[in-house]
Amino acid sequence: MSDYISHDHEHDGIDRRGFLQCMAWAGTGLLWTISGGVLVSKTLAQIAQAGDSLPTATDLSFLQISDSHIGFSKEANKDVTATFRIALDRINAMPTPPSFLIHTGDISQLSKPEEFDTFDEVLKSCRTKDVFYVPGEHDVLDGSGKLYRERYLKSVEGKGSGWYSFNKNGVHFIGLVNVLNLQAGGLGQLGDEQLEWLEADVKDLGSSTPIVVFAHIPLWAVYPQWGWGTSDSERALGYLKRFGSVTVLNGHIHQVLQKVEGNVTFHTAMSTAFPQPAPGTAPSPGPMKVPAEKLRSMLGLTSVRYLQGKSSLAVVDSNLS
Amino acid sequence: MYTSIARDKTVRILFAISSLFLSNFSLGQAEKEASADGIKKNQIVIKDFHFTPETLTVKSGDKITWINRDEEPHTVVSVEKQFKKSSALDTDQEFTITAAAPGTYTYFCSVHPKMTGTIVVEEP
Repeated sequence: MSDYISHDHEHDGIDRRGFLQCMAWAGTGLLWTISGGVLVSKTLAQIAQAGDSLPTATDLSFLQISDSHIGFSKEANKDVTATFRIALDRINAMPTPPSFLIHTGDISQLSKPEEFDTFDEVLKSCRTKDVFYVPGEHDVLDGSGKLYRERYLKSVEGKGSGWYSFNKNGVHFIGLVNVLNLQAGGLGQLGDEQLEWLEADVKDLGSSTPIVVFAHIPLWAVYPQWGWGTSDSERALGYLKRFGSVTVLNGHIHQVLQKVEGNVTFHTAMSTAFPQPAPGTAPSPGPMKVPAEKLRSMLGLTSVRYLQGKSSLAVVDSNLS
Repeated sequence: MYTSIARDKTVRILFAISSLFLSNFSLGQAEKEASADGIKKNQIVIKDFHFTPETLTVKSGDKITWINRDEEPHTVVSVEKQFKKSSALDTDQEFTITAAAPGTYTYFCSVHPKMTGTIVVEEP
């Protein structure tokens, strides 16, 4: 089945077939493949179907999951652990597992130890063991994020409130924290200390190094009225301007949105828990209740194909049927 | 967004009709609740990511209570750290403070900082 849009009469990025395909999916995940500096994403179902879509041994593949909200049990999804488990099942069903996972925050609903425990326990079933985290605001409700850091930064050298970077196969990954010390009336925030660190972190990298930045709240102004943006993201992106390939992966808004600006591709991932309304389409950005049989369709995914040096996305919409 | 439900006009119309019924129903419910309980004195309701009323005027010594009616956790934090901050309030959880010295106090939700409110404390 094709994941390309074939009939987009309303220019809204979805056709009837795509919509129907979406309905077969629950739980989400995106596989990112880097092949010679070219970043391409595929839905898990695509890979499971094709069987041979995985990169060769020299390529790097990783997977983004987001917004598990373990502990949430309201109308929008009474069993978020089950849908998280389904997402992991999809990962396990892949012919070749991804090298690692990135979780872009909101592991838990209320930062409770028992919610983190459940997440960790369920995650044990995942064949891919390396996971890199950034916190969502739901993970740091204690105000400092101490519990989150104790649990989820063990394998990295976390700086400040938990930001870090690492290299894989020539790609430089940067995990940022934009959910702490938020100011009244404002948006997500990185803060001076983190921005100074970022500037120094990329200073000695060659401009041809592919960069992947991941953080919970979008690093672009998706919808500031709902707080969907980061007040000082422009400064961060300024430090990355000279790089030929920058990919920004975010969560928080429980839906796929994409934007390309120069060499920067912005992408937000779906939640494995519940959908949220499209910007401005509801009184608030709270969990969106949909009929049970529709939930899976609202957890669908959009895949991205980003070609280095191109200014537009090759594929915008796809699904995980 | 690419994940909207209705892509078919019939579905859209049906959806619109059902929304109409739903909104009528919830209006009726709200009226019923209001007449039964009335509006609690010095209560600030957190609903749809807003503090209502946005500005509350009380007398020094009065108790002020916030109640979260959202499915999302919220907090109540004084901008100038002038009163104790709440923990994360889950659905239907409350937080109460006692109004201190007369003055104007601004506060916000530290989880969703776009949410702000004001307490005006007057002489008793």
